[in-house]
Amino acid sequence: MSIDFSLSRDAFGRLQFTDADGTVHEGVVPVRAFPISAPDAGLALMSADGLELAWVDSLAALPAPVAALLAEELAQREFMPEIRAIVSVSSFATPSTWTVETDRGPTRFVLEGEESIRRLPAAMLLIADSHGVQYLLRDIGALDRASRRLLDRFL
Amino acid sequence: MTMHSAEPILPLAVPDRWRGPLAAELAAGEAVLAVLPLDLDGSLHYVDGLLVLTGRRLLAQSAGADDWQAWSLGGGRVLRHLDHAGVGTLELVDERGRLACWRYTIGQHPALLRFVETWAQLDEALARGEALASGPPPAQCVPTATCAQCGAPLPAQAETCPQCDDAAVATASTWTLLRLRRFARPYAGALLAGFLLTLAATAATLVPPYLTMPLMDEVLIPYQNGQPIDQALVRGYLGALLAASLLAWVLGWARTWILAKVSERIGADLRTTTYEHLLTLSLEYFGGKRTGDLMARIGSETDRINLFLSLHLLDFATDVLMIVMTSVILFSINPWLALVTLLPLPFIGWMIHQVRDRLRHGFEKVDRIWAEVTNVLSDTIPGIRVVKAFAQEKREAERFRTANQHNLQINDRVNRVWSLFSPTVTLLTEFGLLVVWAFGIWQVSRDEITVGVLTAFLAYIGRFYTRLDSMSRIVSVTQKAAAGAKRIFDILDHRSNVPEAPDPVRLDRIDGRITLREVGFRYGNRSVIHGVDLEIAPGEMIGLVGHSGSGKSTLVNLICRFYDVAEGAILVDGVDLRQLAIADWRRRIGVVLQEPFLFFGSIAENIAYGRPQASREEIVAAARAAHAHEFILRLPHGYDSIVGERGQSLSGGERQRISIARALLIDPRVLILDEATSSVDTTTETEIQKALDNLVKGRTTIAVAHRLSTLRRADRLVVLDRGQIVEIGTHDDLLARRGAYWALYQAQARQAQADLQVDIGDEAGEAAGGALADLPIERPAKEHP
Repeated sequence: MSIDFSLSRDAFGRLQFTDADGTVHEGVVPVRAFPISAPDAGLALMSADGLELAWVDSLAALPAPVAALLAEELAQREFMPEIRAIVSVSSFATPSTWTVETDRGPTRFVLEGEESIRRLPAAMLLIADSHGVQYLLRDIGALDRASRRLLDRFL
Repeated sequence: MTMHSAEPILPLAVPDRWRGPLAAELAAGEAVLAVLPLDLDGSLHYVDGLLVLTGRRLLAQSAGADDWQAWSLGGGRVLRHLDHAGVGTLELVDERGRLACWRYTIGQHPALLRFVETWAQLDEALARGEALASGPPPAQCVPTATCAQCGAPLPAQAETCPQCDDAAVATASTWTLLRLRRFARPYAGALLAGFLLTLAATAATLVPPYLTMPLMDEVLIPYQNGQPIDQALVRGYLGALLAASLLAWVLGWARTWILAKVSERIGADLRTTTYEHLLTLSLEYFGGKRTGDLMARIGSETDRINLFLSLHLLDFATDVLMIVMTSVILFSINPWLALVTLLPLPFIGWMIHQVRDRLRHGFEKVDRIWAEVTNVLSDTIPGIRVVKAFAQEKREAERFRTANQHNLQINDRVNRVWSLFSPTVTLLTEFGLLVVWAFGIWQVSRDEITVGVLTAFLAYIGRFYTRLDSMSRIVSVTQKAAAGAKRIFDILDHRSNVPEAPDPVRLDRIDGRITLREVGFRYGNRSVIHGVDLEIAPGEMIGLVGHSGSGKSTLVNLICRFYDVAEGAILVDGVDLRQLAIADWRRRIGVVLQEPFLFFGSIAENIAYGRPQASREEIVAAARAAHAHEFILRLPHGYDSIVGERGQSLSGGERQRISIARALLIDPRVLILDEATSSVDTTTETEIQKALDNLVKGRTTIAVAHRLSTLRRADRLVVLDRGQIVEIGTHDDLLARRGAYWALYQAQARQAQADLQVDIGDEAGEAAGGALADLPIERPAKEHP
């Protein structure tokens, strides 16, 4: 895919977007259109005031340096820890503090109510903590037995 | 560095692992002014770190690294922070670029705000040239009350810190039922009477089997051995049997009546208390719950608990009493046979215990899945027009089928365990009887007991085991009731995050001066409003303008105190909103919403909703002022016409005018118009506008409108963009400034023009042919002004 813009990082660590006409936009933000169901399918570059500057069908189709910049920026922006195991829960009645292993390391969070657990298609769960941080549980079936038993009490 | 000086005093917020290294790093006399524990690294993995602000410099440390990184204050260095999707970023920048960048989860936000504020104060002091090195922290840095856990300043009236509070967790659910005590307390007397009656009734029921013993040994066996029947004795025993039965009947009736009455009252209290508590919860709570689920909790769950208390628990208590009493009687007759008789009991108890856990989870699951089924209904039925318009009946039916199927699966799983349970208990009963027969016959053969004793034992044990069988049922009903109680206490334990002030300030008269001071608010992890400063004079009309999602409605919700501000404060006549009694404040404000909600009832009742004691004259006057009087009179029953669900259908404009009359009737000092005219067409809007003009007169008004034309009377317009105020001024001022408002206005004017052209175009098309020549169409002129 050929692109009609260029990207670079400025001294403030922000992404700088230069479009075909040479107009420069500071602080451009990459946003995934379907962060859960299809993270790689669509990506928009948004200006600092929330306007879409460019649409990218897939990161893989971009020239390597641009793709690398975007991937780096996304890694710093996107925060949806994937729960790998549930170590313990403080109580089966909510609010309950969960200690979990995630792909980003171990952490604890407070589950306010069972309705904070959202069922997504294909045995996926999206769990929101009391601060609104979202945790993804990609496959209930892939959890170990102990985790599944704990989780089961909340479903 | 010298370590001879006294150990520096470190704030509690410094994690243990850093205390030593930090103390070693600090120079003598260098005080720690602010601390920010970090919990994420640059690639957003959970790694601990720490930022420390002393009077001289900013220190940073992260797990894995040994050295402290340090930046001195001043030199044009600025701390900037922003957050997105639950992750906050703090950057240290100077005019040339970014020096450092740290990440944290949103839970650290309060600590961060204090950190950044302290930095700003130090920076300011430095700019003024004040000495910083050894001075105590600036007075503003020390809030009056802080949370011991996170160090965040506590809101004036809160006892627990809203940030740390979430860690406080409810107790295990097995004992949830015990929490119903609170509701039983008012009926302690009746409960005691019930208990004594139960005791007496149970004792009475135990008399007949006891009498079988002498009947057997003194009457029947001697008769078989050739002695005549002693008629007087028989009459005596039979009379005693009859008397015992009658006594048991009367006592049983009395205790069931008393206890059922009490439990019914406990159930009703529970229901009312839950509903009353639910009503005090903030809108945020309702936003996160589904109506069907809440209705099920208050309706069927309380009923289930009620049934449990009045029926199952009562039976169970009676059963336990009976078992204890029977055991005592059996042991007093013959200890050995009693021992053998009671042997299966612990085994059955153990089995009940085994099944208990599995069944409880099962029933909790059944409850939740049941709520899911009703949720499908409550989603679809209100949206039935959309379902039909898109011909998605099949899909919705499928969705219901799936939910139902899920329900079936879970129930099947529960029933598999449950169905095994009862027959097993029955089997054990039979085994128990078998053992008693065998051991009894053996004992009779050795003349250790009489036939009468064995008969009495069999009579007792017959009752005894049938009670065990029914007792086993208590497992499931207790679990069901406990699950229900848990779901109710979930509501009762939820404290409103719009808490009522413990010692509210009473305002006799409100002028209507509203001050917004550095107001910030977030929904979940999304910051919706931040740093909003606004002063609204009494009687002033403010128009809030901005794109959708710019925070207009949120600001209005904050002023109504449907939510509490996360940062800053809203003051009314100089008093913090949070210090006023909620109901007292809401009575002073009139709210007209975009979608007026009419309750089921007459129009008069709906108008008088905020002031039910209003006289008919006042209602009519309010309706007149709201330009609703005439259309109301055109309805067949006038002011007595029934509206709301299943009632008279009114148009959007008519409903809106009723809601304006409703606001007028309470004569509020402060008026909130939240998109009051956006759901109606322009003609209706003009009518509503007339009504609104009457309403606005002399009141502090905050109007949110998408359509800028509706704000023509506003004294000042406040333009919001992404949660911040970007412009304030009158319509003409703002247009002249050619800023955000001008852009909005232009966009709407273009849209209006385009609509107009489409209309004219359509009419022209329909008219067709020669008629066209008669139409003085201004189109060309408009296109080229």
